[in-house]
Amino acid sequence: MTAREAVATVVDPELRVVTIAELGILRDVETDDRGHVTVTITPTYTGCPAMDVIREDIGAALRAAGHADHNVQTVFAPAWSTDWISPEGRAKLAAAGIAPPGPSKSVTLTIAVRCTHCGSPETEQLSRFGSTACKALWRCRTCGEPFDAIKAY
Amino acid sequence: MTTVDYVLRLGDDALVTAQRFGAWYAAGPEMEEDVALANIALDQLGAARLLLTYAGELEGAGRDEDALAYQRDAAAFRNCRLVEQPEPDFGVVIAKLLLLSAFQLPLYDALAGAGDERLAAIAGKARKESAYHLDHSTLWTLRLGDGTGESHQRMQAAIDGLWPYTGGLFVGEGGPVAFADLRTHWSSTVEEVLTRATLTVPETVAEPTGERKHLVELLAEMQELHRAHPGARW
Repeated sequence: MTAREAVATVVDPELRVVTIAELGILRDVETDDRGHVTVTITPTYTGCPAMDVIREDIGAALRAAGHADHNVQTVFAPAWSTDWISPEGRAKLAAAGIAPPGPSKSVTLTIAVRCTHCGSPETEQLSRFGSTACKALWRCRTCGEPFDAIKAY
Repeated sequence: MTTVDYVLRLGDDALVTAQRFGAWYAAGPEMEEDVALANIALDQLGAARLLLTYAGELEGAGRDEDALAYQRDAAAFRNCRLVEQPEPDFGVVIAKLLLLSAFQLPLYDALAGAGDERLAAIAGKARKESAYHLDHSTLWTLRLGDGTGESHQRMQAAIDGLWPYTGGLFVGEGGPVAFADLRTHWSSTVEEVLTRATLTVPETVAEPTGERKHLVELLAEMQELHRAHPGARW
């Protein structure tokens, strides 16, 4: 397995249905002439507590694939945005009951967050902050169920 | 050239705010607000870690983020006095977040496009979080200010109590953005929110000086473990 393939299998520790590649956290995987692997990642939020676990998981995936010689570096620019979540990532989040984000620059355009249980657009925000830095808590007015949504960011 | 003190000011503002708001994680008026304040504290802590790391590198004396957070006395902290003020009730938390985020948002916006590449990268992330903080504190200020007689009175008291310390936000330079240049923008943001919330904008007064006993107490609590067990890790 190449280093890139190994790293691409690492899942986000807080959103375990999507990989760090699908979330847009994984920036780059480079292997030099001597086989040293450099992985570049970027955090979602500055204080995201999952970053340490992600670094450890990347190391474990690389070691398991025979790439023991590696380092993980973190970059901040350009800043991560939810626009970087891939279409596959969005589909997986929705299938897991987490509403994917709308466009991050939707200042004048409001797109309804659809209920992940019944698909109704008749939803309301219960709390602007959720169980992780990247989520907010919503409720469906049609079926009455609460659900998580990724904040447009 | 960005000075160590300039970066420490930004990092210490964020660190002290994180410590204050973190204390509310199980003490808010409702569970959603506990979660919100813990999230906001985490955002501030994230920015603080990046800024203190950078300050340590600029200083070049081998101090990392932990050394700067845990091994400095109050006299060496560069944060403005606003952030260290105690929060006897939830109204003060919201008032402080409004006054602070109305400053941090234009500050990070300006830094994101200014000359220091490292600060620009940190600010480019932090500004999105600050925009959310300002939005959140604005909604609560409107709800409490334009709410019941009791909530209005307590929100006004919170604003009045913190107002003398707002002047300190704009003191300091040594980096790509002079804090004083943000005052006009800050005033218009804050005054607009307070007016909509039916609150009175207080008169500007001189900032109190003297011993910073609230900061001393805050640091005593925050640094106790590290000082008792230097180098301890989880």
